[in-house]
Amino acid sequence: MHKFANPARFLRISKMITPWCFFLTIVTMVAGLYWGLFIAPEDYQMGASYRIIFVHVPAAHLSEICYGFMAVASVVAIIWKHPLADQSARAAAPVGAVFTALALFTGSLWGKPTWGTYWIWDARLTSELVLLFLYFGYMAVWEAVEDRTKAARIAAIVALVGAVNLPIIKFSVDWWNTLHQPASLLRAGGAGLHPDMLWPLLTCILAFYLFFVTVVLWRIQSLIIRRQIRGLQIRLAEEERANG
Amino acid sequence: MTTRAGKRKKKRLYLVLTSMTVLVLAVGLVLTALQDSISLFVDPTELKERNFADGQRIRLGGLVAEESFSKDADGLTYHFDITDGAETVSVVYKGSLPDLFREGQGVVVEGSINQHGPFVATEVLAKHDENYMPKEVVDSLKKRGVFRHAEEEESI
Repeated sequence: MHKFANPARFLRISKMITPWCFFLTIVTMVAGLYWGLFIAPEDYQMGASYRIIFVHVPAAHLSEICYGFMAVASVVAIIWKHPLADQSARAAAPVGAVFTALALFTGSLWGKPTWGTYWIWDARLTSELVLLFLYFGYMAVWEAVEDRTKAARIAAIVALVGAVNLPIIKFSVDWWNTLHQPASLLRAGGAGLHPDMLWPLLTCILAFYLFFVTVVLWRIQSLIIRRQIRGLQIRLAEEERANG
Repeated sequence: MTTRAGKRKKKRLYLVLTSMTVLVLAVGLVLTALQDSISLFVDPTELKERNFADGQRIRLGGLVAEESFSKDADGLTYHFDITDGAETVSVVYKGSLPDLFREGQGVVVEGSINQHGPFVATEVLAKHDENYMPKEVVDSLKKRGVFRHAEEEESI
């Protein structure tokens, strides 16, 4: 871990990986969505409207994974003070916010024809909305606090405190009565989907993972480079002052 | 690594661990205390067990009982029973029903307690289960007589 925590080495290695991740993202995303939206059979109750699952489930899954990643990175940042940990968490936040918004939006579109309402304040929907606000809060800290070390510390605490919400989202459908159905994929007794629907869904989830890795690596790279540029600017200004 | 830096690291580690434990415990206690208000609906058994005031607005959830559905002559007022396998509550509802509504389906209805007659619902929502199947598969299962709506299975 210490090896990769060196920003220069991280930059070199991640620049080799990202084009491949990007390529695989495109391939799996196109394949998964085409498979799910056009080839997979219709559901016996919902017809074609269930196809929103191929976007909704991967987005909702990644919205949690992304926040979990930020929480782990924040722990590393607080305890070991690795230079890359804060940057990784910061880079992931907007990506996770987009996943969360997408999950809420697609779920709402599906809710109207299936449940009969766009929105209901049940435990699953409410806790996912709280997750969106946690992402906003986390990003706001980085923008609002001038001192970067202080911003990093406050943001890390926000990420850690917010992580309490993750098991609540995941188990809300088991702990309380909700309108949202329980898990179809990760449950005892195997998936609740027919294999013809399950495989395209798994492909879409893989595609969303690859998308996440690609975009977060890109964002970390740009954060590192932005930092290097700022360092160079400061050095330049100092040299000019010394010469002038 | 100097031992002093190592000590500081350990201190931070313990700080994170203890504060997270306290936080999780606190949130857990709050959620347990709020159990009843977080749950979206009560089932017919809870409805009978808990003493709700007459006229109190609640949500009631369960399966639409088989052969309980009927429509009034106006074509807008529906009567059906909601069951959880143990208890059954009669419901009357005037309005439009969601597409998924039918006997054996999970539903959540909102309305007010009426101790002198059926539960008067003002909103009916269909609950979808976690199972997805192609129509052809369901048809062939039905043909062989082994298909069961997942929710019916649970309630038995």
